Amino acid sequence: MLSGFGAQLAEHIPRLRRYARALTGERSAADDLVQDALERACNKRHLWRRDSDLRAWLLSIMHNVFVNQLRGRRPPPVLSLAGEGEQAWAGFASESTSELATHSTPADRLTIRDLDAALARLPDEQREVLLLVALEQLSYEETAKTLGIPIGTVMSRLSRARERLRVLMAGGGSAPAATTLRVVR
Amino acid sequence: MSKPALTEAELHAYVDGAMPDARRAEVEAYLAAAPDEAARVHAYEVQNTTLRRLFDPLLDEAVPERLRLPLHERRRFSLAPYAAAAAWLALGTLIGWQLGSSEQMAAASKLDLARRAAIAHAVYVLEVRHPVEVGADQEAHLVNWLSKRLATPLQVPQLREFGYALVGGRLLPGDSGPVAQFMYQDDKGQRLTLYIRRNGDDAQETAFRFSNEGKVGVFYWLDGQRGYALSGEIDKAALLAVANAVYRQLNP
Repeated sequence: MLSGFGAQLAEHIPRLRRYARALTGERSAADDLVQDALERACNKRHLWRRDSDLRAWLLSIMHNVFVNQLRGRRPPPVLSLAGEGEQAWAGFASESTSELATHSTPADRLTIRDLDAALARLPDEQREVLLLVALEQLSYEETAKTLGIPIGTVMSRLSRARERLRVLMAGGGSAPAATTLRVVR
Repeated sequence: MSKPALTEAELHAYVDGAMPDARRAEVEAYLAAAPDEAARVHAYEVQNTTLRRLFDPLLDEAVPERLRLPLHERRRFSLAPYAAAAAWLALGTLIGWQLGSSEQMAAASKLDLARRAAIAHAVYVLEVRHPVEVGADQEAHLVNWLSKRLATPLQVPQLREFGYALVGGRLLPGDSGPVAQFMYQDDKGQRLTLYIRRNGDDAQETAFRFSNEGKVGVFYWLDGQRGYALSGEIDKAALLAVANAVYRQLNP
């Protein structure tokens, strides 16, 4: 049995998992992230105002956990493949595409795989903004609040993320080498 | 041609459906005559739908056991409990000072059962909105949870004959592990707390002892694996009567 807060929290877990998976690109890392965020939410439940949006609050907690984890885990900037702040995550795309989107046609799967691979190559801060807007469908204001950044920054990151994805999915552009060069940790 | 050209922010608002209808119509007219920007819009819209198709299957997946609430098992070593313990110690020192009992002030690290119980009492009886972590409406869960954390079966005594109803309980850090606190309240708002910790393996039993911790009176005793302390700001005789009832219910 769950208390009222726990029951409300539980409703959001599937969506948090979806976002975490898209963000980290890897199943167990995503669930680690969700678990850490849930633990923090439970510990800080007194900070949540009952009349406010629980989901937005949870997403902002998850963002903080994500940023803190990256700080601890981010590999040294050995290779900059395609631009400042970008990193290649070894194995990022292969796992999620093989498990997800199983109901799609082969042509769809190609697009999906392209997108997943391209997503992995976005800088973290651009990927976060894009996923909050496009996947979580937060408004720009909510996205800015969740990430604690000005709305102008949301718009510029969104713009850069989408354009980079478009170029990557068009099969070339600025970072063709990234498919063969990988940072091995 | 529409009035102002499309700004970058507007292009995204259009893609995300975050644009007023009137402007939307203007933008559509504009895009019809701007193939490059129309191509970008289309590509971004495809990104949106593809992202959802890629990740939406996650929503239908069963949530793994370790993400089910409440989250008990800690997956890996964490400093959090130690930080909490340190904060607790600091708080204890502060409140110990406020409770005004001079001889124990110097040794915050040697807080005994009664003193720790009195501190926990003083901290949480003041809480209006969050006196407990788990309310009495979830009593079964509360008992299971705290029993699991203390690794010893707990019971919640019923004190209705004294006019006290269970409010709920919470988990606290003790000096050697987790501690449970149950809170009771009468219809005038007077609160009692029962503080239960797990003793070491050298099981022992003691008689009731009474300790006056500032305004808080505490009856405490050891009973095998568990140490109990009943705290309240009520008359000593009245508190003793409740303590006796607690003891009887736990040792039928």
